[in-house]
Amino acid sequence: MPVPAGAGRPVWQHRSTRARLAGWFGWLMFVALFVLCWQVMTKDTIWSFVLDAPQQAADIGSRMVPPRWSYLDRLWWPLWDTLNIATLGTLLGTVIAVPVAFLAAGNTTPSRLALRPLALLVIASSRSINSLIWALLLVTIIGPGVLAGIVAIGFRSIGFVGKLLYEAIEEIDAGAVEAIEATGASRWQVIDYAIVPQILPAFAGIAVFRWDINVREATVLGLVGAGGIGLQLQASLNVLAWPQVTMIFLLILATVVLSELISAKVRHAII
Amino acid sequence: MSGAIARHWRRKPLLIASRPLRWALYGGALVYLAVAVSSVHVNWLRLYDGLPRGWRFVQGFLAPNFLARWEDILIGFQESLTMTVTATAVGILLAIPVGLGAARNISPLPVYLVCRFIIAAARALQEIIVAILFVAMFGFGPFAGFLTLSFTTIGFLAKLLAEDIEDIDEAQAEAIRATGAGWWQLVNYAIQPQVMPRLIGIGLYRIDINFRESAVIGIVGAGGIGATLNTAMERYEYDSAAAILMVIIAIVMLCEYGSGHIRRRLL
Amino acid sequence: MLRIEGLSKRYRAGVPVLRGITLEVPAGQVVGVIGPSGAGKSTLIRCINRLVEPTTGRVSLKDIDITALSRRRLRQARRRIGMIFQEFALVERLSVMENVLSGRLGYVPFWRSFTRRFPQADIEAAFALLDRVGLSDFADQRADALSGGQRQRVGIARALEQNPDMLLVDEPTASLDPRTARQIMRLIREICEERGLLALINIHDVLLAQQFVQRIVGLRGGEIVFDGPPAGLNEAALTRIYGEEDWTAMRRAADDAPETGEERSEERMAGLI
Repeated sequence: MPVPAGAGRPVWQHRSTRARLAGWFGWLMFVALFVLCWQVMTKDTIWSFVLDAPQQAADIGSRMVPPRWSYLDRLWWPLWDTLNIATLGTLLGTVIAVPVAFLAAGNTTPSRLALRPLALLVIASSRSINSLIWALLLVTIIGPGVLAGIVAIGFRSIGFVGKLLYEAIEEIDAGAVEAIEATGASRWQVIDYAIVPQILPAFAGIAVFRWDINVREATVLGLVGAGGIGLQLQASLNVLAWPQVTMIFLLILATVVLSELISAKVRHAII
Repeated sequence: MSGAIARHWRRKPLLIASRPLRWALYGGALVYLAVAVSSVHVNWLRLYDGLPRGWRFVQGFLAPNFLARWEDILIGFQESLTMTVTATAVGILLAIPVGLGAARNISPLPVYLVCRFIIAAARALQEIIVAILFVAMFGFGPFAGFLTLSFTTIGFLAKLLAEDIEDIDEAQAEAIRATGAGWWQLVNYAIQPQVMPRLIGIGLYRIDINFRESAVIGIVGAGGIGATLNTAMERYEYDSAAAILMVIIAIVMLCEYGSGHIRRRLL
Repeated sequence: MLRIEGLSKRYRAGVPVLRGITLEVPAGQVVGVIGPSGAGKSTLIRCINRLVEPTTGRVSLKDIDITALSRRRLRQARRRIGMIFQEFALVERLSVMENVLSGRLGYVPFWRSFTRRFPQADIEAAFALLDRVGLSDFADQRADALSGGQRQRVGIARALEQNPDMLLVDEPTASLDPRTARQIMRLIREICEERGLLALINIHDVLLAQQFVQRIVGLRGGEIVFDGPPAGLNEAALTRIYGEEDWTAMRRAADDAPETGEERSEERMAGLI
């Protein structure tokens, strides 16, 4: 940056000319990329539909109210299924995620070369694939129903819990581990006395947080046949029964808000 | 202050101090588990039928088929990626004013309430549900997907941005205020330098999320690779499905690696 | 000159922090405000530029009633009141130069500050100030790369860049080691003399205050309990401000090690509070 020493009027520029040019160039590239993407994306868009949208929205909106309250009676059982999918799925996911996390954490993995990359790959794959896609896949393999939902939620949770947990493990205070090792403790004793106490609050927090997300995701798994309240949503959408759709949305909203409240309360109590 | 030294020690319970409550909770959890598991109907015959398909899927992963549907795959990813880029950009752009408005320490109460309401609305609804509504309004295709992702991006980013602004070092803001700076100058000199690195971090993370979501909302007709994937699965073309999943995983990992790299350079 | 009349501050549903402060400071006078923690020192100086809104009372600077100003006018008034902070309060991710130039924010329109195109005169003044505080080589360093003493020098330069009539200084040395604290106090005092600035300095180190200010105001429980020259700060006055303590011991310790014992002033300070 030009700060001339000695005589003359001092000049100060926020950025050097080169940095400024680079900045402008970066923005230009970004805008160009955006325009390109926009054009590719909208090349098949039928704009009359888009312009029509406010009318459509008004139309659907008028069909959606009032919600069909009587339909609620037939939603309790699917809701129970949905909650089970979320809870059992979280349980399945965490049970698998714990050993995976220990294998993936640099300071606890028994083998840096073989097992750690493998564990990281498991985590990455599980994280990359949305639970709805896992459900799509599992429905074709183990058939439609709650079980597919549970397994789908479980598979998706492995990556989430595993990643956060292994990061928590890597952040622990190494001094405590050293101290326990110095007493002559075995590997498992070190985990029990030095590592577990340090990560337990984080682990509980992560699990509850994931449960909350899973409740959210479990509500729509039925769209691909994996059980829960989403099945009713799919059925109602197919016959364009908008008042029922509204009812389902309202119930989903209430469930999601409630689960978020519970999870926030529990996490607050833990931490 | 008893003179005797205690001779019994028991580990202090971790979370719940009251013994009956603890046992009640354990018992309740056990009962729930039993009831929940027994209410899951498993069709063992169907499961048995499905096993060969599962095996074929695993095989598909070992020998993915990129060619059979390569045109569909190409169009699907093209839609997904363009949707991701445009929706992330628009979402971030709109999330910044909403986030500023939703930070209690720099916004007046009415603005704060309006912005918080926008955030709550955008976060309460599942991506899929938003996509269903937008598809119904705007017709099938990636435009509905773009709107879905932009909308959910606003909720996500604005909330985190507002929390960040509320967490800033107030002393720095106070110092700028004391120079007689206006509101915009305050934002530019005291808030922006403090929240920018994290905003960029969250934005990069959101690219990642938006791409993953773009692979899902196709299932309800909002464009993207999800539709192709759905078709492949329904026809039991596991080799094509595996190919698509592998590309998704690869792109997500690439995004993560790239954003991690950028974040390290920024901080 | 600065005139404070009947200034009170009460936070919502709490005991009043300031009770009817009345104080008059002539132009060019450097005043040290001392008192125990919670006496209201920090609230007092923040009420002057209305970073904290006073509950009742009037503050006027050069016959402008600051307490009655609209938001816009207040910003104009703040331009002429430089402020120096305890933890420096630099915007850490901005460069030293940007921090100093932020002293001009009240003077320039938003677009100029946003594009960092400040008037040439402001830039020249900023370079001169950096030179004055001994940091001319640091203009393009990021503020968080500096040491505590250097940061406070940037804070001083930022306040002076406002071209103020008055300085409000909030515990300028609390985060510094004794040696640097002394240098910073000396710098503030010199600058006030050079520019004929009125200054109000909150400080908890009594010895440092006595050495560098012209007048001392003692605050306790939100009221002025002492007002006079540093020399008049005898044991009775200290007891009025801080409560019972063995002041002779403190003084003796101070006399034993006048210049070299600076490292211990932190300990002595601890004894006072």
